Amino acid sequence: MTFTDAIKESRAGPRTRGKMSDEEKREAKIGYAFISPWLIGFLIFYALPMVASFVFSLMEFNLATPEDAKFVGLSNWARMLFDDPNVWQGLWVTTRFALISLPIGLASAFLIAVLLNSTNLWGRNIFRTLFFAPSLVPFVAGALIWSQVLNSQTGWVNRLIELFGIPAVGIDGIRWLDTPVLIPFTFTFIGIWSIGNAILINLAGLQGIPTALHEAAQIDGAGYWRRLRTISIPMVTPVIFYNLVLGAVGLLQYFLQPYVLNGTTGYPEGATNFFMIYFYKQAFAFANMGYGAALAWLLFFYGLAITIILFSTQKYWVYYAAGD
Amino acid sequence: MVNDTNQAPAKEQVPDWKRQQQRRTILLKMGTTALATFILAVFLMPMGYALVTSLKTKQQAADPTAPILPSEAVTIEYEGKEVELLVVPIDGEDRELAIVKKGRQESEFVDPDNLAAGVIVWEGQWRTLDPVRQGQWNFGNYKEAWDFINFPRLLFWTLLYAFVTMIGAVTASAFVAYGFSRFKFPGKSILFIVLIGTIILPPAVTLIPQYAFFSQINWVGTWLPLIVPMMFGNAYNVFLLRQYFLTIPREMEQAASVDGAGPIRTFIEVILPQAVPALTAVSLFHFFFTWNDFFGPLVFLAGNRDIVPISVGLSFFNGTYASDPNLIMAASFIALIIPLVIFFFSQRVFLSGIVVSGADK
Repeated sequence: MTFTDAIKESRAGPRTRGKMSDEEKREAKIGYAFISPWLIGFLIFYALPMVASFVFSLMEFNLATPEDAKFVGLSNWARMLFDDPNVWQGLWVTTRFALISLPIGLASAFLIAVLLNSTNLWGRNIFRTLFFAPSLVPFVAGALIWSQVLNSQTGWVNRLIELFGIPAVGIDGIRWLDTPVLIPFTFTFIGIWSIGNAILINLAGLQGIPTALHEAAQIDGAGYWRRLRTISIPMVTPVIFYNLVLGAVGLLQYFLQPYVLNGTTGYPEGATNFFMIYFYKQAFAFANMGYGAALAWLLFFYGLAITIILFSTQKYWVYYAAGD
Repeated sequence: MVNDTNQAPAKEQVPDWKRQQQRRTILLKMGTTALATFILAVFLMPMGYALVTSLKTKQQAADPTAPILPSEAVTIEYEGKEVELLVVPIDGEDRELAIVKKGRQESEFVDPDNLAAGVIVWEGQWRTLDPVRQGQWNFGNYKEAWDFINFPRLLFWTLLYAFVTMIGAVTASAFVAYGFSRFKFPGKSILFIVLIGTIILPPAVTLIPQYAFFSQINWVGTWLPLIVPMMFGNAYNVFLLRQYFLTIPREMEQAASVDGAGPIRTFIEVILPQAVPALTAVSLFHFFFTWNDFFGPLVFLAGNRDIVPISVGLSFFNGTYASDPNLIMAASFIALIIPLVIFFFSQRVFLSGIVVSGADK
């Protein structure tokens, strides 16, 4: 069940047009009463702040000196779009990370789900539990543990790589945390424990494939790999799409791991200057509420654009069973 | 004749191809399970690393040549001095001897079990010899980490945040979800889309005005900015609970309303008892969300180190003890043990997808 299904569903059913009967009015009143907590919360904590956030973006407003706040028109926006290389670095670092880590994460989640769905696997439930468990390790603890295990000298990742005959340990070895080009991969590893949910959703998708499809293909002589490619993958593309959209939106806000490991320093050589790190620095380290608000809106529009682009690619690769 | 029937017992009638197939299936099962075990081992390897490192001394944790398990070099006392035991190859036999005089070309050793035998001279570079090690589990790291981060205090604030908002957010969300799942009112579908939209909206967009506002009313540096907004329900919880409520048949509510029960009584007495699995699941999700919440506490508790939750406290710890991997691993382990224990006791809730599929199976 995805959000889009739920929205479609909520639209279905007879619609009331024109004048409402007393009975309907009463029902509507009760309905509003039940949703009123959210409605009030939405107005106070979403609607109003969104308007305010836009107004802030047109102001020079430092929380350290609130009395000096003044209206500056679009100058924050102009500075952000044309004068501030940190903004583009932030977007680039974030986007590059998403481009590397999303495919790796989605593919691993799918492949592990295929393995867990195999009837040839003994102890499927135990495996399922153990693959999911790390996703409940607190993110900060996970980031700290992975950063140690990726340590070039004492970490086990490099020792494991050496077992395959590739020199990795030591100062001249693979320096996961210090080499700018490796940073997107390093942070992919650091985040790999959180694929548990994606594994479960993929697994549910695979289990939802009618067995008749596989049986028919088998009778026609299709082997395991052929069925995986022509039945399993197309049938779970909606699940992969769902994970892709949520993953992309989530990664744009990537903050915790780089902040915990490198603060706002961007070490090494700015490779960890993710957009949210820069936003945090401007808004909360420098207390620039006006400029920070403009940055937040930029992130919002960027995320919206990516979501729209992803949705428009759906028709080329996402398979929705007819009549569903 | 009699012999003939005896020679063909039922078992031998299994054809050869079928037995071959069975053998192939077994091999396939072993191969698949071995592959899964290998991947799982790599996936969970950092956990093992963290555990082992958390039990080492600082020197061992930082020493690339140290053995995998925590261990220390063995020393004995000889003539009032601490001397190290080394593995010395003598006459094709490895002997554990204590080095008493170190030299470039040759060194002098004594046999700890037979000191009376006197000094044994060995020719060769003593630096090439391996020390004798024995396992030594340094549990003191846990105490040091526990005390330094003041774990009981972190735990108190984390649990306070988790439980207060869990009760508030789940209760409010249940009311809202019931409103969306049962009643017709103008603007319902638009409001529902808006609700879903708030899940995808980056928090950054609303964060700054919220922060400015909370700082004006002096709430920054307290838990209020984190707790109060949650009391109005949370879109994700509403969405999941609504999905579940939709699967509950309406007949019981109709019966209750014929009996004269008002909507709130119907909701509390009829719907909530039936939605216990979904409410449990949503509460657990919320619990884990708050346990992990980092950005909110980091921003809104700014500067008030006395009341930070575990996530933020752990990151401060990392900043202070960056050069003590053993202590950082011990602190990380302390932080992850409670969520993992809760998970293993409640795994059915997470793995069966009660809420998302709307089915309690």
